[in-house]
Formats: sequence, C-alpha cells, structure tokens
Amino acid sequence: MIEYTRVIKHETDRVPGFGAEVMRAPGCEKLASCIQCGTCSGVCPVSIYMDFTPRQIMALTRADFKDDVLRSRTIWLCVSCYACTTECPRKIRITDIIYELKQRAIQSGYYPEHFAVPVLAREFTDMARANGRITESLLVMRMYLKTNWLAALGMWRLGLKLMSTGRFSYTPEKIEGRAELEKMFAAIDTPIPDYSPSGAPGEETKGTQP
Amino acid sequence: MKYAYFPGCSLKGTGRSYEESLLPVMRILGIELEELRDWNCCGATAYMSVDETKACVLASRNLAIAEKTGHRALVTPCSACYLVLNKTQHYLKEVPAISNGVGKALGAVGLSCHGAMPVRHPLDILLNEVGLDAIKQKVTHPLTGVKIAPYYGCQIVRPYATFDNAYQPTTLDRLCEALGATVAHYPLKTRCCGGSLTGTMPEPGLHCAYQLLKEAVKRGADLLATVCPLCQFNLDGYHDQIAAKWEPVRLPTLYFTQLMGLAFGLAPTQLGLQRHLVPMKPLLPVTA
Amino acid sequence: MKDEPEIRIGFYVCHCGTNIAAMIDCQAVARYAAQLPFVAVSRDYKYMCSDPGQELIQRDIKEHALNRIVVASCSPLLHEHTFRNATEKGGLNPYFFHMVNLREHNSWVHSDGSKATAKAFAQIRAAIARVPHHKALEVLQVPIHPDVLVVGGGIAGIHAALTLANAGKKVYLVEREPTIGGHMAKFDKTFPTLDCAACILTPKMSQVKSHPKITLWSFSEVVKLDGYVGNYQITVKHKPRYVNEDLCVGCLECIPACVFKTPKFPDEFNQNLGKRKPVYIPFPQATPQVVLIDPEVCLNLKTGKCKQTCVEACGDRQAIDFDQRETFDDIKVGNVIVATGFKTFDAHRIPQYGYGAFPNVFTSLEVERMINTSGPTSGAIVGRDGKHPDTVGFILCVGSRDEKTNKWCSRTCCMHSMKLAQLIKEHCPRTEVYIFYMDIRAPGKGAEEFYDKSLRMGIRFIRGRVAEVTDWAVTPEEEGRLVVRCEDTMAGFVRRIPFDMIVLAIGKEPQADAQDVRRLFNMSCGTEGFFLERHPKLAPVSTFTDGIFIAGACQGPKDIPDTVAQAGAAAAEAMVLIDQGHIEIEPNTAHISEVDCSGCKSCLPLCPYTAIAFIETTKKASINAALCKGCGTCVAACPSGSITQNLFEDDEIFSEIAGVLAYE
Ligand SMILES: Cc1cc2nc3c(=O)[nH]c(=O)nc-3n(C[C@H](O)[C@H](O)[C@H](O)COP(=O)(O)OP(=O)(O)OC[C@H]3O[C@@H](n4cnc5c(N)ncnc54)[C@H](O)[C@@H]3O)c2cc1C
Ligand code: SF4
Ligand code: SF4
Repeated sequence: MIEYTRVIKHETDRVPGFGAEVMRAPGCEKLASCIQCGTCSGVCPVSIYMDFTPRQIMALTRADFKDDVLRSRTIWLCVSCYACTTECPRKIRITDIIYELKQRAIQSGYYPEHFAVPVLAREFTDMARANGRITESLLVMRMYLKTNWLAALGMWRLGLKLMSTGRFSYTPEKIEGRAELEKMFAAIDTPIPDYSPSGAPGEETKGTQP
Repeated sequence: MKYAYFPGCSLKGTGRSYEESLLPVMRILGIELEELRDWNCCGATAYMSVDETKACVLASRNLAIAEKTGHRALVTPCSACYLVLNKTQHYLKEVPAISNGVGKALGAVGLSCHGAMPVRHPLDILLNEVGLDAIKQKVTHPLTGVKIAPYYGCQIVRPYATFDNAYQPTTLDRLCEALGATVAHYPLKTRCCGGSLTGTMPEPGLHCAYQLLKEAVKRGADLLATVCPLCQFNLDGYHDQIAAKWEPVRLPTLYFTQLMGLAFGLAPTQLGLQRHLVPMKPLLPVTA
Repeated sequence: MKDEPEIRIGFYVCHCGTNIAAMIDCQAVARYAAQLPFVAVSRDYKYMCSDPGQELIQRDIKEHALNRIVVASCSPLLHEHTFRNATEKGGLNPYFFHMVNLREHNSWVHSDGSKATAKAFAQIRAAIARVPHHKALEVLQVPIHPDVLVVGGGIAGIHAALTLANAGKKVYLVEREPTIGGHMAKFDKTFPTLDCAACILTPKMSQVKSHPKITLWSFSEVVKLDGYVGNYQITVKHKPRYVNEDLCVGCLECIPACVFKTPKFPDEFNQNLGKRKPVYIPFPQATPQVVLIDPEVCLNLKTGKCKQTCVEACGDRQAIDFDQRETFDDIKVGNVIVATGFKTFDAHRIPQYGYGAFPNVFTSLEVERMINTSGPTSGAIVGRDGKHPDTVGFILCVGSRDEKTNKWCSRTCCMHSMKLAQLIKEHCPRTEVYIFYMDIRAPGKGAEEFYDKSLRMGIRFIRGRVAEVTDWAVTPEEEGRLVVRCEDTMAGFVRRIPFDMIVLAIGKEPQADAQDVRRLFNMSCGTEGFFLERHPKLAPVSTFTDGIFIAGACQGPKDIPDTVAQAGAAAAEAMVLIDQGHIEIEPNTAHISEVDCSGCKSCLPLCPYTAIAFIETTKKASINAALCKGCGTCVAACPSGSITQNLFEDDEIFSEIAGVLAYE
C-alpha cells in the first residue's frame, strides 16, 4: 500500500510577522538579505542529517513558516560551529538565528518530550543558576535520566573509564557568590513571553523524536 | 607577565589535564595565570539557546571580576568560554537590549563591566606575546619524528577570528613545528568535532568526530593536537561507539599544552596524560 | 600585357608559426613556385605579416624589379590590407598584389600533410596564373555630407542627437509619436539610483527642442532612403496633427474648451488607464509642446459638425487647422542613426496569467504610469476595482526566457520590477509585495546592491515560475482574490498565495514594424528580430551598411545606461566619418560598357545595393561606384556581357581556373 501525503502550503500555514520578529533579535537583522545561495548548507558539518537545510530554514523563517521551522530537527542539530556564519556572502549570522529559533522553540514547547537537546539546555541553565558552575558528569547524568535512561546504561563503560582516569566529578562544583548570582538573575527575571503558535504543538510533534 | 585566568567548568572536570599541563608550561615561560576569584560558568552555548541575555549576564559577571583585577587581559583556554566571553563583549557594545539587561543585573550586586578587557586564548598569548623563539629555547626534548594533525576546532577561529585566519589558521601548526614535530597536512583543521551533539544526538555528533579521526589516520598522523576540552573529549572518549558504528580509528588526542610540556621535559603524569582514554603510543621518545 | 614590361612575380609563402607549416611543406611550395612562369623571386618565411616580412617584399620589389606580388598565407580578411600596403610602399600599385589563403582554406581543415601540400601547389599556381592580368586600380574617394539623421526620439535618439549637435553637427531627429521621450518618459523613477525619470529626461528633451543644430520633426516618419554612405537622400513624411506647430504656443486652452466636457477616449500615453479628449497633449512636458487632434474621435473631423469651441479658444493664434494634410520633406545627410527602440510584450498571449480576464492583473508599464504622480491615478496604487491592494505579486519573465513566446532575457524586468516593488513599499509600507522569479539578474553597477536593498525592505522573493493566476479559491482568505500557484523551490513545496493585485513584468520585443524599418535602412535583423550589429563585440553600433548605425533597445533589450552608452558610441562613429570628410571605396566595383549595354534593365532589380540606375537620356544602365559593393550579381546576369568587374575580369578568373586545373 502506498501512503500518500499531500503537501501544499496555504497562507494559513504561515504565522505572519514571525520572520520579522526573529529579524529583530540581536544578530539576526541581516536575515532579510539572504539570497538563498546555499553556502551555509554546503559548509555545515551536520546538514546531511537535517530535515531542512540551514538555507531552507532561512527561507522558511523569512517567509513566516513558524511551525515548520520550530518543529524542524535542524535547529537542534546545529552544533554552533559558526562555519555558516563565517562563510555567508551576505554576512548573515545564521548560527545566531538558529539560537534565536531554539530559544523560541524552547519557550513555546515546540519539541518532542524527552528530547535531549532542549532538556540538556534546561538542565544546564538550572545548574548554572543554582550552583554558578557546571559539573559535566552530573549534568549528563541528569540529562540521561530525563530523556532516555536506557541510553545512559549504554554509556556505563565510558562512565567507568572517566571515573578511573579521575575525570568524573561526584560532587557539584559551587561558587561562593551563589546568592549574588541569584540576585542578578532576579533583577532581570521576566515572565516568559507566550509564543504559542496558532495551532499549539499537537500529538504529531510528540511522536517525531529525531 | 601576569594575566587574569578563567579556567571554565570543563578544566575542573573532564578537561582536568588541560589545566594540569597549561599552568606548568606557562610558568616555565614566565607567565603567571591568576585564577579569577569565585568565577562562574561562562554561559556556554547551552545557555545561549535558552536565554541570550541571561547567558550574557553569566559571562559578564566574570568579565566584571576580571576588570577589577587590573590585569592586561583575561586568558581562557576553553574554546566555548573564549567564544562566549568574546561574544558577550560584542553584544555589550552592539546590542542595547542586552547591555541594558546586563547593566541592570550587575548593578543589583554592585558590579559593573565596561567591556574593555581583552579576552585571549593561550595560543594567542604564546604566539604573539611569548614568541616562538622563546618557546624554542625551552625545548629540551624535541618531538622529532612525531607527526601531528593540528586541530583548531571551531570556536577559537569562528566567528571572531582575532589572532588567526578563520579559514587557514596556522598558529598551532607553527607551535608544533617549534616543538620539533612534523605537521601533517590536515584539511579538517577547523571542522566541527560534534560539539555537545555527541551526548544529545549521538549519531550525527559522533559522525563528526569519526570523520576527523579518520582523516588524521589517513594523513599518517601519530596524534591530534587540540586546543579545546570538548574537542579533546569527543575525539578521545567515543572510540568504542565509533568503532561499533563505523570502523576503529584509534588515535590519541593531546592538548597542545601537553605537547609543549613533553618537549620541555616534563613527565607525562605531570601533564595529566594518564587521564586520556586513548593512551599515547610509546613511540614518543619522551614518553617512553 | 603587350605594351607592359616583362612580368616579374615575387612569391612568398608564410609559415604562420606552425599554423601552416605544420601541415604544408612550405619550402616545397616555395621551390614549386620558383619554377612557375614569370616568378622572379620565391621565398618562405615564418611570419610574413611581421615588419621584417613586409620589408622583405619592399626590398625584393626594388632589388629584383618585381611588378607583381603573391603572398600565400592566411585569410585576406585579416592581412590583405597589410600586404597591399607593403606592395604600395615598395613602389607598386597595391592591386598588383594577390593573396592565397593557405590557412583557413587548407592547413586548418586538412589532416594529410602531403595532400595538403599538393593542394597548396594548385592554389598558388592559380594565383600566379591570375596575377599577370591584374591592372593598376585607383581607390575611389567619396565626400561625406556632414548632416545626420536620427530616427526615433527615445533616450537613445535624444542622446545621439544632442551629442552630435553639441559637436556642431546638424541633426534631423524624426520621431513618429507626437512627442519625443520614448518609454523613459513614462517612468516614474529609474533603477538603480531611483532618480526621477522626468527630472533627468525632460531637460534633455527641451534641449533637443531648442538646440539650433537640431531640427525636431515629431509625428513624422522616414518613408524613403536613397543613396549611399556620405550621401543619403531621405524623404520624411509629416503626419497631420491638425494643429500648426509653428503657431501653437502650448497654452493648452483648447483642451478644456473642447465640446467633450470630460475626457472619454483611451489615453495611450497612460497605457489606456486614463482618458483624454480628441484634442490633447500626451503629457505635461511633451516635446514639442504642441497639442494634436485625434481624427478618429474629433467630432469636426469625423462629421464636420461641431461648434469648434477649440478654435474659438485658440483665438488669434489660429493654430488649429482642420485642413492640414500630410506633408513631406526631402533632406540630404551623410549618416543615419536608427534608434527606434522596442515594444513591450502583449500579456494577453499568456492567458494563464489572466491579463484582460481579471481586472486587477496589470503590466509593469501600467504600474509605471500608475505610480507616477502625473499619471492617471496621481501616483496611487489602485486596482481597477478602485481598491488599494494589501498584497501585490510581481511575476517576472512574462514573455521572456520562454520558448513558447520569446526566448531571450529582456534584461531589465528583474530590475524594473524590484524598482516598482520598492516604490510600492515606499508609498505604502504595509503592502506585502512578492516577486516570483526564476533567476534574479542584476548585473551592472549598483544592481546587486539594489537587489539587496529590495530584500532588506522586506520584499518577499519566491523562486519559482508562476504556473497560473486564478480566481479559484480553496480557503476563505483566497475568496475573491487572485491566487498564484507555484512551487516555492527554495522552501521546497508548492504554495498558493492570494493577492489583491498581480503585476506582469512584460518583456521587450522588436517593434512591430522592425522588418519594414530594416528594409528601409538596408539593415539586417537577428533571428529574434532586433537589428543586427556588424560585430557583437567589436562593432556593436555599426550595421552592414556603411553610414547606418543603430543605438538603444532596437538592437536588443537593454537598460538606460547601456542605451545611452550606445547612443554616444553611434554619434561618435558618425562623427568619425564626418570628420574624415570622405570615405575610400574599394575599386573592386563593376562598371558597364556603354557601347555594349542594350538597355534591357535586367540588372536593375538584381542589385542588392540599388547601385544601378537607368539613364533615361542615353537609355543605358549605369553603376554608381560609391554604392557598388562588388558582389558581382549584375556581372553574371547581364545578357550582353557588357558589365565587367575590377579584379574579377574574365581573363583573371579564367586564368585562375586554368591554374588550378593545370596541376594534376
Ligand atoms: C516597464 C519598464 C520599466 C523600465 N525601467 C527602467 C529603469 O528604471 N531604468 C532603466 O535603465 N531602464 C528601464 N527600462 C528600460 C528602458 O525602457 C530602455 O532601456 C529604454 O527605453 C531604451 O531606450 P530607446 O531610446 O532605445 O527606446 P524607446 O524608449 O523605445 O524609444 C524609441 C523611440 O523611437 C520611436 N520610434 C519607433 N519606431 C520609429 C520609427 N519607425 N520612426 C520614428 N520613430 C520611431 C518611438 O516612438 C520611441 O519614441 C524599463 C523598461 C520597461 C519596459
Ligand atoms: S549562506 Fe547566507 S545568503 Fe547563502 S543561503 Fe545561507 S544564509 Fe542565505
Ligand atoms: S553553526 Fe549550526 S547551522 Fe551553522 S554550520 Fe555550524 S552546525 Fe551548521
């Protein structure tokens, strides 16, 4: 049996203003200039694993296809290597734009449950805020527990090796100025703006763990 | 010469041997690195994906502390810290929304940051302040016959290539040569190692690391020289998974500071070499 | 040859580096030539065209008392002139020289060296047999009339005319419309600098009108051209505008006075988007500032029954003249510049885009008028339904890059669409403007920057050729709007996008009468119908007829900067001839022996250059040497054999043939 999927985009698939909003974020201003040359996709080390290439992400963002962009696997695959940003003939800061898209996806929950990248980012920020420092071994453990603890089991061998070479820390590193840090964050804490898309991420997003 | 020093979280954890080799080597060259008092996490890429302003707040607390030391520059060996601290400096100058937020947060605890302290990488200090001649003078055990694939990774040359060329960096090459080693032609010098993807999305992440290692093997390198704790971890830590998925490409990956230490006659254990998962082959006369 | 001194031929075979020598045994050729009749000197040499090669000829003429020269080398197209000069410098008449093409006709096209050398023997034997029959010939000098005719008063014609006139040359500028200005006069702004078209064009238009060296004939056409370079006779027809151009002062009082109280006839200048009266002026700065009356709709001219309120309004000036008829002027000029421009593609030819079917589908030229403050909507962008569009879609390459219509790229549509899109954005920033393109072609100074500016202004570019514009709505917001269906090839899916207004960027085509104009001025056209330049790179404004030049979009689609550059070049080319004062004509022309001519007139219609005239007094045909191009058609055709042609006389040709055949 052939399964047919119909792909056509109507205006209702767009979220007008989304592209403009992204372009207002720091470092993202030049997105408007994109000439769709594809250099970014060509140079990207992980574009071969992406569902949309970085070039397509630029096109879709600019054209307000918010759902497609924020649901895409691409933004999570980006390793922030800045290769694209260095090469773009229009000096577009693609990496920063992808950061901006990640932020928006995280803020409005546009990613599958148990999906490691945003979970790691969340755990990272929580740990950094609470302790002032990151203890990588503990951070990774927390990530595995929240995403896929079975995978963590697969890593036992690596864990053991790290322990035996003294690279595994058992106690969290903490700074003295934790209260100071909290005070700093509190000074600029704002309620997270609601970026929920018109159709909030439904069942279909949950299933598509990249 | 004395510099303020920001080690970053990795150098206290998985990247311990980087610091273990950096400090003595610098000391031999007459450079003192004074660790920032009560520094905190730089913010790193992960924080950037969640909240850019807060990431900059984290970074600028360190910058503020560094400015108070009155030193001429802040030296940081981790590529991610190097990038984030530099990026924050840029944002503080160029993006009012962020610099306002940062000003407010720092102000709440009586700190301030002028964005005036240069953030530099040890490689930059070595090449441009110490100089290759001074380094050569300290070489007692030249790495003759050792073929090194110089691996810069992304973030010390991109997007802020301040002390080397973004496309064809040469500082690490020249340093390795000064130590007496042979430098392999290594076309992937600035290609990504997989970054944090190795943990979060293993296949694409490890594929990056695999390609780097494979090419270094193909170029006949004895080892890869790296400047970043995350690169070192990715190239050192996942050989089992890489071999299972593709093929074995075992090759040791050393910090450039470890190579310097060996050339300066320090013992491998003084340089944390025992912490590496892929051990050095005994082919190096100095390690034997 | 009887009374002439003994024939002494100098023969030279050139190696042309290895171009000839690699295939033909040049020394053998020289040895072979040495033993042919009359050959006094025979040599081979590496590069005959070099200075030492030419000096060799000159020296040999003196030392060996040579009186004929044959060089066997490359194509005469390249070096015949060189060797004729060398012959002349050696003290001989240059036409005692003859050239053999051993390269293009032999070494380059053969692969068997011994056969090629054998063929070379035959070629040089023919030349050596022919050259004793050569006669001394004189180059003809024809004076150049210093006046110039410029046809077409677009920016090309205007610029050419002003350049010549400013150099002191007398110019006739003939424009068939009631005003000069061409397409540019219709534009609001011009890319990429967005300077106002009128601000840069109208000063030039009034300079044309007031220049003492320019005679401007608007509403006129060239109907006849006779003569040849330097000496063209031209007849110009002036169409009746029913207004005396000398008496009209351009006060325009007749227009409100017309019995038609409101304008009700389609206004061509505004692409029929507005209305005009029977008495009108195309646009406020029309040049000349003279009204005209449209006989198709003027009540008086159609029925003879009208109160003639216009005449009343004109009063003492008495400029209106219902009895005006066509008039003609005959002029003489030395050079002609044809600058008749282009015509826009008829958008009806692509019905899928709905032009004519959907009122809110416009052409780019219509939008040019619309966005112009002196245009039909005073600069407002409004649909034919009177509404201001919230969304406008530009479709590029309408009638361009399409084998079903026109294959070529029209060169300005990307740029002028971006210009209009930017202007719409400027007039009304909230308008969403889309551009559907296949490639953005923005070459030239400032053009890529202009593209980037468009992007930064938020104009949305979609790479994909629009499949159709329909009123088939499938979602509520498409209802009542024009829906574009196309592949967004960059995003990677098919899209439907509804618009309030569609603009078709129509391409450029040759003028409808380009073939007639081509024939009138003895020019050629390329396959697509634009006038053909003599050489696409090295002679871009010359034609195959001397003294006829082309400039601007009549030669091919181009923008204003390129048009103006060509117009300047054409003016300069004309001035070269004018300032030379005369031209030299190759003496390989035909001439008629009056005694033998029977006056049958067979040759007259055959001559492609109309160089043959019938002299009524003598009842004989006569060839104008200045017009004759030496094609030989008449020579072959003359039943009485009374036409001969210099350098191609019977004994020359027959001995050449005998020479080829003599070699086994
Ligand atoms: C919608 C549109 C917008 C454009 N915008 C720009 C722009 O912003 N910038 C830019 O650089 N270019 C622009 N162009 C291109 C520009 O129109 C041409 O480069 C320019 O008009 C060419 O000038 P021309 O004098 O050769 O031809 P034309 O402007 O076509 O003028 C030819 C003149 O010759 C007259 N004529 C024709 N046949 C005869 C005859 N047999 N006898 C006597 N007179 C005759 C015509 O009536 C006309 O006045 C645009 C083109 C279009 C279609
Ligand atoms: S490299 Fe730059 S201009 Fe090219 S497609 Fe990517 S973002 Fe656009
Ligand atoms: S920064 Fe991200 S998108 Fe750009 S090349 Fe690197 S991984 Fe690809």
